[in-house]
Amino acid sequence: MAGAIADGAPAGGRDALSAVTGIAQRSVTVWQGRVPFRVHTKGQGPAVIFFDGPWGLHWSAFLDALATRFSVFAPEHPGTTPGEPDAVRHVDGLWDLVLCYDELLDRLQLQDVMLVGHSFGAMVACEMAALRPSRVRRLALIDPIGLWRDDAPVTNWMLLAPQDLPAYVFREANGAAAKALFSTPENVDEAALARTNLIWAMGSTGKFIWPIPDKGLRKRIHRVEAPALLVWGEDDRLVPFVYAEEFARRLPRARVEVVKGAGHAPHLEQPESVASLVQPFLTG
Amino acid sequence: MKISAFHLMPHRELPADFERRYPSVWVTPPWWELADARRVGQYYNWTLDELLYAARAGFDGVCTNEHHQNAYGFMPSPNLMGSVLAKMTNDLDVAIVQMGMTLPTTTPPVRVAEEYGMLDCISGGRLVAGLPLGSPMDVNLAYGITPMEHRDRYREAFDLVLKAWQAKEIFPWNGKYFQLPMVNLWPRPIQEPHPPVWVPGSGSISTFDFAVEKNVCYCFLSYAGAKAARSMMDGYWEVVERKGLEKNPYRAGFLQLVAVSETDARAEAEYARHVEYFYHKCLHVPAQWFAPPGNQDYRSLLAAQRNPVRRAEDPKTLRYRDFVDKGYVIAGSPATVRDRLIEEVVKGLRVGNLMILVQIGSMPHELTLKNIDLFAREVLPSLREIWDDDGWENHWWPERLRTARQPVGATR
Repeated sequence: MAGAIADGAPAGGRDALSAVTGIAQRSVTVWQGRVPFRVHTKGQGPAVIFFDGPWGLHWSAFLDALATRFSVFAPEHPGTTPGEPDAVRHVDGLWDLVLCYDELLDRLQLQDVMLVGHSFGAMVACEMAALRPSRVRRLALIDPIGLWRDDAPVTNWMLLAPQDLPAYVFREANGAAAKALFSTPENVDEAALARTNLIWAMGSTGKFIWPIPDKGLRKRIHRVEAPALLVWGEDDRLVPFVYAEEFARRLPRARVEVVKGAGHAPHLEQPESVASLVQPFLTG
Repeated sequence: MKISAFHLMPHRELPADFERRYPSVWVTPPWWELADARRVGQYYNWTLDELLYAARAGFDGVCTNEHHQNAYGFMPSPNLMGSVLAKMTNDLDVAIVQMGMTLPTTTPPVRVAEEYGMLDCISGGRLVAGLPLGSPMDVNLAYGITPMEHRDRYREAFDLVLKAWQAKEIFPWNGKYFQLPMVNLWPRPIQEPHPPVWVPGSGSISTFDFAVEKNVCYCFLSYAGAKAARSMMDGYWEVVERKGLEKNPYRAGFLQLVAVSETDARAEAEYARHVEYFYHKCLHVPAQWFAPPGNQDYRSLLAAQRNPVRRAEDPKTLRYRDFVDKGYVIAGSPATVRDRLIEEVVKGLRVGNLMILVQIGSMPHELTLKNIDLFAREVLPSLREIWDDDGWENHWWPERLRTARQPVGATR
């Protein structure tokens, strides 16, 4: 999991800043002291919260691009922070999860935010925007889950053989983006840790969507007030493109953009294209 | 020793190329292509007849179990089978061993307490109450329970069932997964304070820790034989000792595949293809389905990734002689089977409650009866008294059945 942040670093109790990448970590504990969040931050400007997908927080060129204009805050989902795997056990369902994130934004004193999310994280972002419509100014969803159609089922990535996962998430199973997210280190112990963290990240997020990723967002989505941008990888093999229409139809002000040469994670396979769509949307 | 006959109720006639044509025997095998309801009715009746035959032939108990959406063993309701067996064996000193009704998928779980109460009443107090966690394929895939909540739900359901059996007063249950305002179980079981509890497992350390914590019988349901189970069972006995409990062999159960014929050569001629059918077709499941993300806790997952001690060999690469050599199956003449069972399984693993899988894969009805008959006449009598001299009490067996069964001649 080269490049993945949640890879063996100690659980940070204090803020840290890497001189090389300029990414700082902040630790904030919510939920009566039971759920510790580690938040990666970079950049100056209006606040953008990035909710990552179900494979662990992965700082990418896309987030670097956003950080040139915005203050990017990227929290790790409960359970995926190194040293705190059991934090997720205190979050019983989606309602708890959304309130934990709401509390996190309060604690970070971010009253007025823009939300960007990918996959599972895009569902979380959409739920957040439905919970507190007045807090969210812009909503950018990259290949979100959260809705369901029987005629176009979302593939359950948790049931795929590990070696098949890259081909489902990426257009190019052997491309650089796939390697950055899924390849394991050569060192045997580090590889075991990376595999464990990947599986655990899927379990910790899968807890909120098993066995069908429809937990009622369709009943709440009308509450969203922010303008929305839907970004979809043209060759998404996990979440079919019909869901772009499903989201667009339900969101009050939504625009759909298709990214060529990308699968379920276009911001990783085509970071410049996606940044060039998302940045102006957030600015405008 | 207590020796029970175990049955999975498998599909006995899968096509020869099944494992190449279909991705899995569990969850996704297409019913309309592979099965016929009338024929399946025949399988259920054969299964009942075979277990009843074993009961009459002298086995101490008959075991059924719960699985869903598969051709490997499809008794979605073990208690439907168990109630027939209970009624039909009322004249015999045979235990009804339900291995059993799956706790995390039964809602509300007092249903388990109720149905087991019924079975204990119908059988006159002959029930062994298996309280299984259920396989991930059944619980997470077929029945949709969140993998990360699987064990938590199990523990809560377990405590609720035990309390429902024993409580003298009506009580409210305000659990995380189940809320019941007025629990007042009808009927209560005959056995007091409750029927003996067995917890089946497939080698997970947290399951046998749980069994020790609750002072119940841990049953290792293994298809890889005693050699592969040795380190796991040694670990179990270490935990028992560390907790200051007596190393009573009856707190361990073990499932063994057995095929008996007149000679070793005849056993191979008669059983080889059925054994291979079982390992090649009935266990044909994508490996990752045995542990969906979240099903194993973080520490166990990391330990498994760091140290894949028991990385199972692919049984599809093995043939009958491999299965026999490795002890996956104990097969051969009565003498061969008797010696290997005693040495490798009973004494090797320190097992007091032995379960014998008497019908394996495609094994037809007549051959199954032969296997049961030879085992009951030629093997079982030499096992029965093994732990007697040590004076152990089988606390995990119905009290009225703890003395040795009188030898009963098989009546075909």
